[in-house]
Amino acid sequence: MGALLDNLPLFLSGFRTTVWLFLVSAAASLVFGTILAMLRVSPVPILRGIGTLYVTVVRNTPLTLVFLFFIFAYPLLKIVDLSYAVRAMVALSVYTSAFVCEVVRSGINTVPVGQAEAARALGLNFGQTLGSVILPQAMRAVAPPMMSTLIALLKNTTIAAGFSVAEAGAIRAVLADKGYPQMVTLAWVAVGFILLVMVLTLVQRTFEKRWSRAR
Amino acid sequence: MRVRSLVVGLLATGLALTACGKEVTPSSGGQTTTPPPAATGVTVDGSPTFDRMKQAGKITIGVKEDQPGLGSRNPTTKEFSGFDIEIARLVAAKLGFDKDKIEYKVVQSAGREAAIVNGDVDIYVGTYTINDKRKQQISFAGPYFVAGQALLVRKDDSSITGKETLKGKKVCSVTGSTPIQRVRDQQLTEPANIIEFQGYSQCVDKLLTKEVDAVTTDDAILKGFAAQNPEDLKVVGEPFSKEPYGIGLAKDDKALRDKVNDILQGALDDGTWQKIYDSTLGKSGSPATKPTLERY
Amino acid sequence: MSNVLFDIPGPRARVRHRLYAVLGVAAVAAFVGFIVWRLAESGEFAARKWEWIQYKQVQEDLAAAVGNTLRAFALGAVLALAFGAVFAAGRLSDHKPVRVVAGFVVELFRAIPLLILMFMFYYGLPTLGVRMSPYMAVVLGLTLYNGSVLAEVFRAGIQALPKGQSEAAYALGMRKTQVMVLILLPQALRTMLPTIISQLVVLLKDTALGFLITYEELLNYARYIGSIYAFGDLDSQIFFYRPIIPTTIVVGAIYITLCLLLTLLANRLQKRQRRNRKIQAAPAEAVV
Repeated sequence: MGALLDNLPLFLSGFRTTVWLFLVSAAASLVFGTILAMLRVSPVPILRGIGTLYVTVVRNTPLTLVFLFFIFAYPLLKIVDLSYAVRAMVALSVYTSAFVCEVVRSGINTVPVGQAEAARALGLNFGQTLGSVILPQAMRAVAPPMMSTLIALLKNTTIAAGFSVAEAGAIRAVLADKGYPQMVTLAWVAVGFILLVMVLTLVQRTFEKRWSRAR
Repeated sequence: MRVRSLVVGLLATGLALTACGKEVTPSSGGQTTTPPPAATGVTVDGSPTFDRMKQAGKITIGVKEDQPGLGSRNPTTKEFSGFDIEIARLVAAKLGFDKDKIEYKVVQSAGREAAIVNGDVDIYVGTYTINDKRKQQISFAGPYFVAGQALLVRKDDSSITGKETLKGKKVCSVTGSTPIQRVRDQQLTEPANIIEFQGYSQCVDKLLTKEVDAVTTDDAILKGFAAQNPEDLKVVGEPFSKEPYGIGLAKDDKALRDKVNDILQGALDDGTWQKIYDSTLGKSGSPATKPTLERY
Repeated sequence: MSNVLFDIPGPRARVRHRLYAVLGVAAVAAFVGFIVWRLAESGEFAARKWEWIQYKQVQEDLAAAVGNTLRAFALGAVLALAFGAVFAAGRLSDHKPVRVVAGFVVELFRAIPLLILMFMFYYGLPTLGVRMSPYMAVVLGLTLYNGSVLAEVFRAGIQALPKGQSEAAYALGMRKTQVMVLILLPQALRTMLPTIISQLVVLLKDTALGFLITYEELLNYARYIGSIYAFGDLDSQIFFYRPIIPTTIVVGAIYITLCLLLTLLANRLQKRQRRNRKIQAAPAEAVV
């Protein structure tokens, strides 16, 4: 208990950074992932190819490597100076949006074909069909896999600890040097993540309930 | 079909790569001094570690591979070199083990106590600061060198001269290391300006690209980096801590500890230590202060 | 599905699509070109930064590092599959205590970040007197995390099978174990194979986390080579110039190739399965 209570500010600030990283990257990858999914079902073959290429490359690259790129190669591009925390958010979003894209795409595939056919028969174009008819219905099917993807994102934020972002994964190193038993520290960090995951799961349940009622 | 052509392609690339491999003769860029010939008939009564070495016919030494000047490894020959390595070779020779009877094992900072306690290494020589917390698990011979925390900055940067001038500057060191902890505890700079990576060389890389303003750790380590880029980097400031480097040994092995201390005392007295220093750390131009052994 | 989302393009739409295609390609080319140009400008593609790859010893050690990555992957994959099978069976058990315990374990390890698990094994356990090599810490972490994800995959696969399958088997007088092993598992495995393989791709990628607990895998070797500026005596020095970016590029290419080989395998299996119309592939995604 001592490891937690003596260092409550450290734990709190660590988890605050984690939640912050998570929220920003989640929002960014939801948006970007949906755009990618739209690219992947678009009428233009080349745009479909670009979407597929992105997803294939990113899904087969370890996240640690994406981080290495944004921490060590990005400054050489000389665009704008970003703090390590922002770069970590970008790395997480770039990585997670590929997975979000696949989830959205499989959601689109669960919508009955008749829906799209009816929409086209009404004279809606591709954007209208997708935006007003297909995607809203797809949302229902994607809630559970989307939440697993987001939970994975939450856990992946710990990798930022290896790249100078003081989030929950970095607590161990600080306390180890102060002589606290590492197992205890890590157990508390794990408890923190379990709580966060429980919150996310609750959110998912609520959404599922609401949508199943709406059906 | 596609899978097969991919595999074939990979194999071909692999072959092409190995075919044009440059080979380096192991003599170039390895050792900097010749250790004395192995002593014969050495006995260390009542030392379980020494008995284990004798039985194995070799000595296993834990070292580091990524600290220029202290303990670094040539990636093209896998030979080790540096001050720590020379000390290790000297101790091994005086214990009766020839150069080719030494087995090096790379152990990074976080795993050092465990490696000694588990018996994975017989002795450990690698920027290992003697302190009481560690003495609860293992024991130290030495110190064979006394380092102190200092700062590495860009050569053209005159705004940082010591630890008092760090305010508002970005300071980098290795994650969770004592030096960065000291910066944090003494509030030498703002928490947002503390940057931590997995290795010192990553900090040095960031220093050169001007993303950080100073790298801090033991001066001995910093001097090694400065010696590699003397035109870009310099070590500044009075050392603001004392880091006595010891040789890590099993906790209960007083016999071997005394023996290693005798060897170190001999080297300090007969000039061998000075010779080793001059050929490694001394290349960066800073004079050495001989350490005083702390026997216990 | 994607081909029913839009009408077959007419002449005007085709022109517009061609314009989009050109714009898209131009944007991607500009983006990639910009990165390459800036990296080249800062000297990352200069010959001196690529010296390191010419040395035979370096190539051999790089191959050995790939071997270490694959070693952790192989053992981790086998153990994770076994762990997944055991705990999926546990969660489907008829005995409530077994179900509860298995469910708890699976949910627990799904909630803890893999990196924290590895930290626990590598830094935590030795303080409690348990010997732990980085290799074992990596393998154990991979096993527990991916194993619990796989347990859920297996469970979902078995539950997605039509009820008639197990009912018919019971009607034939089969026992619980027989129903599971002879009827349910073979069918579930077939529908789940693509998902299992994508999870194995995740496992392969996650071996790279071993880098943060000093396991000598591919990324760790890249870090070591990338950290070298120069070595050797003053008179015969060899310079690598700290090739962080070049090593990252090379290692990235290796990872992508390895994962692609696994993904290709997954796609082939999926294709073969699609030919078999009797089985509907259950939608399930691997978890990052």
